Amino acid sequence: MSAQTLYDKLWNSHLVRQDEDGAALIYIDRQLVHEVTSPQAFEGLRLAGRKPWRTASMLAVPDHNVPTAHREAGIADPISRIQVETLDANCAEFGVTEFKMDDIRQGIVHVIGPEQGATLPGMTVVCGDSHTSTHGAFAALAHGIGTSEVEHVMATQCLVAKKSHSMEVRIEGELPKGVTAKDIALAVIGKIGTAGGTGYAIEFTGSTVRALSMESRMTLCNMAIEAGARAGMVAADETTFAYLKGRPFAPQGEMWDKAVEQWRGLKSDPGAVFDAVVVLDATGIRPQVTWGTSPEMVAGIDGRVPDPESVSAEKREGVERALAYMGLKANTPITEIKIDKVFIGSCTNARIEDMRAAAQIARGKKIAPNVKQALVVPGSGLVKRQAEQEGLDKIFMEAGFEWRDPGCSMCLAMNDDRLEPGERCASTSNRNFEGRQGQGGRTHLVSPEMAAAAAIAGHFVDVSKW
Amino acid sequence: MKKFTKLDALVVPLDRANVDTDAIIPKQFLKSIKRSGFGPNAFDEWRYLDHGEPDMDNSRRPLNPDFVLNKPRYQGAQILLARENFGCGSSREHAPWALDDYGFRAIIAPSFADIFYNNCFKNGLLPIRLDADKVDTLFREVEAREGYRLAIDLEAQTIATPSGRVFSFEIDAFRKHCLLNGLDDIGLTFQHVDEIAAYEKKHLAESPWL
Repeated sequence: MSAQTLYDKLWNSHLVRQDEDGAALIYIDRQLVHEVTSPQAFEGLRLAGRKPWRTASMLAVPDHNVPTAHREAGIADPISRIQVETLDANCAEFGVTEFKMDDIRQGIVHVIGPEQGATLPGMTVVCGDSHTSTHGAFAALAHGIGTSEVEHVMATQCLVAKKSHSMEVRIEGELPKGVTAKDIALAVIGKIGTAGGTGYAIEFTGSTVRALSMESRMTLCNMAIEAGARAGMVAADETTFAYLKGRPFAPQGEMWDKAVEQWRGLKSDPGAVFDAVVVLDATGIRPQVTWGTSPEMVAGIDGRVPDPESVSAEKREGVERALAYMGLKANTPITEIKIDKVFIGSCTNARIEDMRAAAQIARGKKIAPNVKQALVVPGSGLVKRQAEQEGLDKIFMEAGFEWRDPGCSMCLAMNDDRLEPGERCASTSNRNFEGRQGQGGRTHLVSPEMAAAAAIAGHFVDVSKW
Repeated sequence: MKKFTKLDALVVPLDRANVDTDAIIPKQFLKSIKRSGFGPNAFDEWRYLDHGEPDMDNSRRPLNPDFVLNKPRYQGAQILLARENFGCGSSREHAPWALDDYGFRAIIAPSFADIFYNNCFKNGLLPIRLDADKVDTLFREVEAREGYRLAIDLEAQTIATPSGRVFSFEIDAFRKHCLLNGLDDIGLTFQHVDEIAAYEKKHLAESPWL
């Protein structure tokens, strides 16, 4: 057999049937479920008198609507409350394992899956959420699906799919000080654009990626969707196995050894051919800050807001519109952009390493007077507990940050955490779309280190010189 | 699922690239546990001058007269003409639900985000990829002429302009078949239950930790 990419291997090993017209059925090993994109799917099952094919493959958690403060009082917004209660009722009715809002294991679906070992190498993973690409960090084929597909997977354990093209994004060299996986992700998107990966499954390779921790690899794969790719992935290696060993849903004992033996093959073969290859030099990446309303509108910290006059004619109108929405003037140095709020959290950057990195910057400092609110929202109850055991909560609170309960929070502002019109936020989330963090809100995407430094300085600063 | 065979309808042009699903249906409306009723909130932040919330009476809200969907000449449009990377961002199927509920049956753009593209087919909504220069031509024509319509024939995979020009488009054979016949994917997949069960048995034997 000719040399295969990791994507080929994952695809082929899950292929149930392949039709001549290109449509295929692929088997799904793990379905993660949250409250926003599942109620209509459960309702569809009920109306058709169907049952989930394999409830053991499902794991559910409420995350988008949950409050991040005063949780014991319940959810104040009645519509949000009904959605979470609907998830609870559906999981009880169909026998699906759920970590409810008061469970220490509750958190953002893409944080808790790996944390529990519910995401394993070689798996196919789906969820009604585009950031499911996160789980590809474990050499899994993971992507977001719509609610009709959620119902389809529940009912049949399969997904109707068509094989994507493959793209290698190779990153070589040692990351400079203050530069993180988030900066790599934004630099890749800046290079290939938000549609650069459309129709592709991306594998991140190279010495830089091999040196990344699992949590950093998750950050990188999480943002694959912002480059247009439904799936991002990284080959399995000792870092992967060390992270998973002993986690509750991971195999134990002899089964663990057998699994690892199989997982060692989850990498692209030497000589495997990708449909597209993108190469980045990690040593040249600077801490990144987005200035516009699409993640591709990004610059290095020592850069400037672009001048619409100096961009191509086809992009000019988009840049002008973005600058008007963002309230920014052309040619403004990024370091002169002042912020009103800070959000450290989301499925991109709310894991323990993110908490540690941000706390390291904030230690012994105070947030700037012009920063009205700085939120730290850990990705799960277990991340929160770990951070508190390390005293990170105290560092944040002494610096003036608010230490919250886990959830999606201000990444998309479905709960009470949001920007007011015109407010400018340094955010560790993944989307700077118009209105994403609240109507009229202005989002700048950055790493946790950069967000914490901006909170202290009141404007963006070069964290590599911190 | 609704069938899609032919459509002869008014066209509305939405002239901006990278229209994301947050713009198509803002997050506050995702709290609904139903599939229907999202139409009045399609493009909510662009369409209304005030801030929308799920429990509002949309018929009493102030419309943004500058937003293209609100222009009298485009009322009743069932074909949305759009730019590159339409439907990027979140996987929310509420986006095609909102477009469908608004009354759209087809969207024409140079490119679509993958998940959104997929979601359209589950709802009888036809997304058509057409070369950027042809989309440019359509934008010029629709803006120049009030009452501009296009005739889409899915079987023939063609779009005809009022002047009689015909553009062909590509579509997967399987998706076309489902849309033409209004077939539900789950029903089709259940025809392969034995294959799924056989695959599963072998798969779980090879990887018993799954």
